[in-house]
Amino acid sequence: MVSTSAPGSAPGLDAAAGLDLQASFETLLQGAGLSAGTAHLLWLPLPMLLVLVAAVIGVLVNVWLERKISAAVQQRIGPEYAGALGVLQPLADGLKLLFKEDIIPARADGLLFTLGPVLVLIPVILSWLVVPFGQNLLISNVGVGIFLWISLSSIQPIGLLMSGYASNNKYSLLGGLRAAAQSISYEIPLALAVLAVVMMSNSLSTVDIVNQQSGAGILSWNIWRQPVGFVIFWICALAECERLPFDLPEAEEELVAGYQTEYAGMKFALFYLGSYINLVLSALLVSVLYLGGWGFPIPVEWLAGWLGQPIDAPAVQVITASVGVVMTVLKAYLLVFLAILLRWTTPRVRIDQLLDLGWKFLLPIALVNLLVTAGLKLAFPAFFGG
Amino acid sequence: MTIASTTQLICFAVLATTVVAGALGVVLLPNVVYAAFLLAGVFLSVAGLYLMLNASFVAAAQVLVYVGAVNVLILFAIMLVNKREDLAAIPGLALRRLVSGLVCGGLFVLLIRVAFTTPWGSGPEPVGEEATIRIGEHLFSDYLLPFELASVLLLMAMIGAIVLARRDVFSQDIATGEGVDQGLIEKARTPLLLDRSPR
Repeated sequence: MVSTSAPGSAPGLDAAAGLDLQASFETLLQGAGLSAGTAHLLWLPLPMLLVLVAAVIGVLVNVWLERKISAAVQQRIGPEYAGALGVLQPLADGLKLLFKEDIIPARADGLLFTLGPVLVLIPVILSWLVVPFGQNLLISNVGVGIFLWISLSSIQPIGLLMSGYASNNKYSLLGGLRAAAQSISYEIPLALAVLAVVMMSNSLSTVDIVNQQSGAGILSWNIWRQPVGFVIFWICALAECERLPFDLPEAEEELVAGYQTEYAGMKFALFYLGSYINLVLSALLVSVLYLGGWGFPIPVEWLAGWLGQPIDAPAVQVITASVGVVMTVLKAYLLVFLAILLRWTTPRVRIDQLLDLGWKFLLPIALVNLLVTAGLKLAFPAFFGG
Repeated sequence: MTIASTTQLICFAVLATTVVAGALGVVLLPNVVYAAFLLAGVFLSVAGLYLMLNASFVAAAQVLVYVGAVNVLILFAIMLVNKREDLAAIPGLALRRLVSGLVCGGLFVLLIRVAFTTPWGSGPEPVGEEATIRIGEHLFSDYLLPFELASVLLLMAMIGAIVLARRDVFSQDIATGEGVDQGLIEKARTPLLLDRSPR
């Protein structure tokens, strides 16, 4: 997760000033007699693996939370025998799916049937490329940052259509078509809400977006300047994740399970994994875009100043980096909690209501929000990004 | 050869092969659904090629517009009308295929000729991450007119689509003068069940 060589010099956690994990790792390996190229090659997969493991663990936590919170909402106890408080239940679920028979329906299109879930999962995992957990704690600070996530998430409907078509089942096809329609409709207000934030921070890079919110702690978070954008983004993110109240593609009363109807075993698990990774990712991006990312409610630079500690000292850097990771994850999981609570307390909307909400309400509101943001940016450049 | 250049070479080989094979598949496969999915693969590979040319913004836009919007709409249309029936036999199919093959071959030879005779300079330096800003500046200065024309074109297409989709608003029933919509169909003039109650 700890990448370095981020472009631009940032105050505080700059790589050149304090710890540089990549450089120290490579010098360690070179000390062991490896060439510089080999050391670099050995370093490269480490951040990616770490983020992949973090994403999967995030899903396990998410599944456990979903089971426990739904139980609490319905006044049940939920899983309690697999580990303390049932924490091992998600692992048991995963193992069960792993050992299930992999069935491909007789008249289905085998190739597309297998390719569908893969195409759903890969873009979601790729999007973790741009999620920052700290100033230099991300895989790659690419310049197009948040735009990369938007474009990657638009690949997903193709996988859904593919699996819906290949299942050779009416419910699956309807589910796939609904998923594609929903995803296209909600992508536009989502992108417009992101655009308003990008306009304020003058950059598409996720790191720059967080840095722009780090001036005065909790008061400078984007949620105060973009309350409408925050709500639009959150609704659209829920719709993109196909969470209730927008889980029409898999509405069980109408479509059995939508595009997942014919899937079993590991292929079903890929859909399952994809949807939960996507939920965690969306929550992380909401916290990056609107809730100050890794920022503590009171800036850590101030705290270090009050305690009389130099911000560049290795020990202080380790502490601030850990605080950053904890804050990012905490904010994300608060949002996940909200999403789970919404799922178990709200009824599903109808498909026409869903499309009406997307096209006739969210899209105009998002456009007005963009216009107002542009106007405010011109009028008060000090508060809305110069 | 360094690791970076080897990786670049492998990536280029894979992407170029995918583009060529995928494009051939789009044209040659009889199954239109496969062709549409392969088209998505071709668009993605082209985005990969843009990425290799240091044009990350263009690559992301390519994925968003072509894969996320255009291709999904193509698939949507195919799946809404997909009827799993064989197409009617076209007379003189072999001749048509021969002629179109010749035309494509001629075009290919022409392109090869152009590619080998053009003096390819080293071109301008890639600007990398600055590209997004540069594209924006160009769109609002010297490319303003094409940009606005494109948006007018899209607006016209959108209005046309609305006119086609909402015929009910624009057309009337000849007999009654009411709008032709779902309501008119539901208001059946003749009762479907005969009234057998005693009068």
